[in-house]
Amino acid sequence: MSAQNVLFDAPGPKSRRNILIGNIIGALLIAGLIAYVVFLLGGKGQLAAGKWTPFLEGRTWEFFLLPGLLSTLRAAAIAVVTSVLFGLIFGLGRLSHVKPIRWFAGLVVEFFRAVPVLLMMIFLWLALGRSNLVEDAPFWAVVIALTLYNGSVIAELIRSGVHGLPKGQREAGLAIGMTQMQSLRTIEVPQALIAMLPALVSQFVVILKDSALGYIIGFPELLQNARRLGVGEGNLLQSLLIAAVIFIIINFALSSLATKLSTLLSFRSKGRARDETIDGIAAAEPEGTLSR
Amino acid sequence: MDNFLTLFETYNVPAAFWVNIQLTFWAAVWSLVLGTLLALMRISPIPSLQWLGAAYVNIFRNTPLTIIIAFGVLGLFGQLQVSLTDDFNLNFFRLAILGLTIYHAAFVCEAIRSGVNTVPLGQAEAARAIGLSFLPAARLIILPQAFRGAIAPLGNVLIALIKNSTVAAAGSVAAEASSLMKTMIEFRGDLVIPIFFTFAIGFVILVIPVGLLTTWASRRLAVAR
Repeated sequence: MSAQNVLFDAPGPKSRRNILIGNIIGALLIAGLIAYVVFLLGGKGQLAAGKWTPFLEGRTWEFFLLPGLLSTLRAAAIAVVTSVLFGLIFGLGRLSHVKPIRWFAGLVVEFFRAVPVLLMMIFLWLALGRSNLVEDAPFWAVVIALTLYNGSVIAELIRSGVHGLPKGQREAGLAIGMTQMQSLRTIEVPQALIAMLPALVSQFVVILKDSALGYIIGFPELLQNARRLGVGEGNLLQSLLIAAVIFIIINFALSSLATKLSTLLSFRSKGRARDETIDGIAAAEPEGTLSR
Repeated sequence: MDNFLTLFETYNVPAAFWVNIQLTFWAAVWSLVLGTLLALMRISPIPSLQWLGAAYVNIFRNTPLTIIIAFGVLGLFGQLQVSLTDDFNLNFFRLAILGLTIYHAAFVCEAIRSGVNTVPLGQAEAARAIGLSFLPAARLIILPQAFRGAIAPLGNVLIALIKNSTVAAAGSVAAEASSLMKTMIEFRGDLVIPIFFTFAIGFVILVIPVGLLTTWASRRLAVAR
């Protein structure tokens, strides 16, 4: 059922008038809400020019926001690559016909999907810091934690993508003499990846958003730098707001790309392209794979 | 091993998990209320309300939860002196609930909307045919069925909420699980791996029953069509 124009009839003159009145009241309500917030902020001196002018200065961007954004993007970009690799390996593992491999991959995937990313991040940060294995413990803690969680989600995406393919694809592969793994690798997984592309892109949004968790372990990403800027200039509220706007713009662009891909691909692939943006935070299968 | 067990006498691990459960419970209740309201706005015939619902979802779904929670402490409390109670610690707890609610309401709204999509067109047409206008039709016909169709996605939001309750650490809620784990590892660095697995398995134990329960409920309560 399409949500629009279904719960209500094509409106007649009276409904049109009611909708118009409702629309005006709604618009007034929104305007009132915005005005109220602006009034409150103004009352507390938050709209004073001094709180906002730092964002017009080059040094604010040069020394705080841009380096922060850069390390956020760097961590997220590395995590995207490594989690896709992790997802491919464990997705194939879960689809393997060798039982122990399937069980092991299943155990790893279900474990990392159930543990909060922040918990892994703190653990890795402290463990790596103690072991002196790497120089930049917070950075690697962020990247590895994001990889383990999102890689597991991607492994599940690949698995459900392969299950969504018509049986004939696999049978055709076996019929021309491929082994199960060859058929998976060359026929099924490539198609599953394309069918799951929208969900995959939504998962990248999750990676970018979760990279902000690095703030808690002192990784100098965008949020951390925005806080440092805010403490220095006495405009925490404003600098956090600017950081949030930067995140929203990037993520909104990625989300729109995912929606676009999902409409494009619905014409193309045999596999069912599912837009899982709804549960982009958990991106679990509706059937709840945790139940297994 | 004895060393490891004495840690549990010094630190109250179940109490930390209890804080996370409380955070989850209150945030779940409030975000269900707010999310339903937003979903109603998005399916309503009034353009300005549709716009407001869509804008809310697009903004908060794309903001990192960490920023929202940090904003509660640094912005609302630190800079604007907003406090939800006189009790210093309880205030951080409530601000964290506020942040979790604002973030997850956007996902609840989308889950309910996906539930609305499972309701066949004929139901809405029948509601109109017997003369129900938007609000009665939504309340009596559409939403009851939509909720039953939305149990699985709502369950996913709840699971995410349980895990995300650890982000309250960014909101100065020092009593919750991830903060306690940090303290414990800092105190006993030699036991870093067993400590991590204790907390990790705690979350697995919390999350798996919710997954099982919502899967069972979504099958049990699915509207037979």
